[in-house]
Amino acid sequence: MKMVVAIIKPFKLEEVRQALDDVGIEGMTVSEVKGYGRQKGHTEIYRGAEYEVNFVPKLKIEAVVPSESVQKVIEAITSVAKTGQIGDGKIFVIPVDQSVRIRTGETDADAI
Amino acid sequence: MRSVWRNLALLGAAALAAAVIADPALAQAPAAAAAKAPDLVVNKADDGWMMVSSLLVLMMTVPGLALFYGGMVRTKNMLSMLTQVFVIQCIVCVLWFVYGYSLAFTEGSGFTSPFLGGFSQLFMKGIDPKSPAATFSVGVGLDELVYVCFQMTFAAITTALAIGGFAERMKFSAIVLFAILWCTIVYIPIAHSVWFNPGPNALQNALALGQEAYDKVAATAGYGNQMGALDFAGGTVVHINAGVAGFVGALLLGRRIGFGREAMPPHSLTLTMVGASLLWVGWFGFNAGSNLEANAGAVLAMANTFVATAAAGLSWLLVEWLFKGKPSLLGLASGVVAGLVAVTPASGYAGPMGALVLGLVAGAACFFMCTAVKQALGYDDTLDVFGVHAVGGFIGAIGTGITVNPSFGGTLPSDFSKACEVASGVITNNCKTIDYDMWAQVWIQFKNAAITICWSAVGSLIVYLIISAIVGLRVSAETEREGLDIAEHGERAYNM
Repeated sequence: MKMVVAIIKPFKLEEVRQALDDVGIEGMTVSEVKGYGRQKGHTEIYRGAEYEVNFVPKLKIEAVVPSESVQKVIEAITSVAKTGQIGDGKIFVIPVDQSVRIRTGETDADAI
Repeated sequence: MRSVWRNLALLGAAALAAAVIADPALAQAPAAAAAKAPDLVVNKADDGWMMVSSLLVLMMTVPGLALFYGGMVRTKNMLSMLTQVFVIQCIVCVLWFVYGYSLAFTEGSGFTSPFLGGFSQLFMKGIDPKSPAATFSVGVGLDELVYVCFQMTFAAITTALAIGGFAERMKFSAIVLFAILWCTIVYIPIAHSVWFNPGPNALQNALALGQEAYDKVAATAGYGNQMGALDFAGGTVVHINAGVAGFVGALLLGRRIGFGREAMPPHSLTLTMVGASLLWVGWFGFNAGSNLEANAGAVLAMANTFVATAAAGLSWLLVEWLFKGKPSLLGLASGVVAGLVAVTPASGYAGPMGALVLGLVAGAACFFMCTAVKQALGYDDTLDVFGVHAVGGFIGAIGTGITVNPSFGGTLPSDFSKACEVASGVITNNCKTIDYDMWAQVWIQFKNAAITICWSAVGSLIVYLIISAIVGLRVSAETEREGLDIAEHGERAYNM
């Protein structure tokens, strides 16, 4: 099992969700996050007071998937989340030791 | 109560006097021919309009100003802003009925009379339907209680405007004291000086008794009023007054922690836009209501309050677009308020095109004050009370002397005898035949603005020092970091 963590542009969420659904991923967790990479921030001006906004709003998607699905999940996300502009986001893959479905007690592959 | 009051009285009287002057045999005693004014009759439409106007100005303060200001502070201080504006409205309302109205709008005595009324109407004594207040027209009265209410809303919003200068860092207890002390020591004297006048009926009746009697009654008017200063709805009394008070407070309290280093963006421009819009709508009560009668003068003030405001909003937006690259909502809202401020003293006198130009000037000028000048000087006037209200009010005060000029489409109203006196040295019943001496009036406008600036600066400083000695002005650094909502009020604005 692997956890795929994808940081994407907020307006790409629905497309990414659809793409993951299409490759058989049945669940995910989404959170609103802020951060920056190469994109850096932007400047906001309020009555002449300029503020450097370093942290840009993004969405973080977390999905635990079978190890063999990782590659197609990555492809699914990159195919729709890519605009070619700076700030499209990143994908991280992390090993997962264990998973449990709380309602039934099922574990590992059955629980994702 | 406004300078124009007496002028209408003079008109009625002077019309008769002029007829008499035309007859050389009687020219020696023109005043004797002046007729006694008819008794004041209350017009139901005037009463109705003034009740509505009072409510419109109340709406400017709560929720208008509270939201306009509240949207511009950080989330952690939202409730403190709303609570402060709300409590000021309540405090000033109570003190106004108890002693404020009497001190501001009755005849004073002794050396204080140019700036302070008396105690004759303390606790609303003697105010009943049988003694209507005067308006700007001879024989036209207004039920005095509605005048009391109307003027109360002005005192409240002026006091509330000032606190924008030191938002996000003053103790609530200090705000409470500020409302009482500042309204009493600073607002009431300026309101009395600029607006108090015995009224056209009293003046005409005095004139009927002779010049000496007239002079005596006319001398009971406030200082600025006697000087002939034109301030239709409060460019000096309200805006310069509040703007300077906020500025002095901002300097005295010092900058907010992190000012210039941390980001302090407005937490909800949505609410600021709602607030600015409520201010604009309410301002029709403020300006058109200041005519005290539902007639052509009120209509003129209404038209000017539309056009100057729109022009100023566009002016700020355009200049911002050119110099900062983007047209912003906050810029548009700020420009709209700057225009409202600038047109306030001129609203009953300027022509619509004069008001339009006034708005264009005010929008651009206030933009530069709130951006370039503020940054260069480095003061932390949190919500730009100085840049918008003091500067806009000053432009309006001076601009009133210019836009009232008939050559620029000003209405040189029939109640404009002071300008005529300036021009001719005598009272006349037909101002339009006399060349309007614009620079003489502008000089009067300047003097009145200068007096207001000095009075407000010194008076406010005294108020702050008194508060500082009693409860202290500024919250602790810890409270300021945590936010005034939790630390001072035990609530938060948004529980989501």
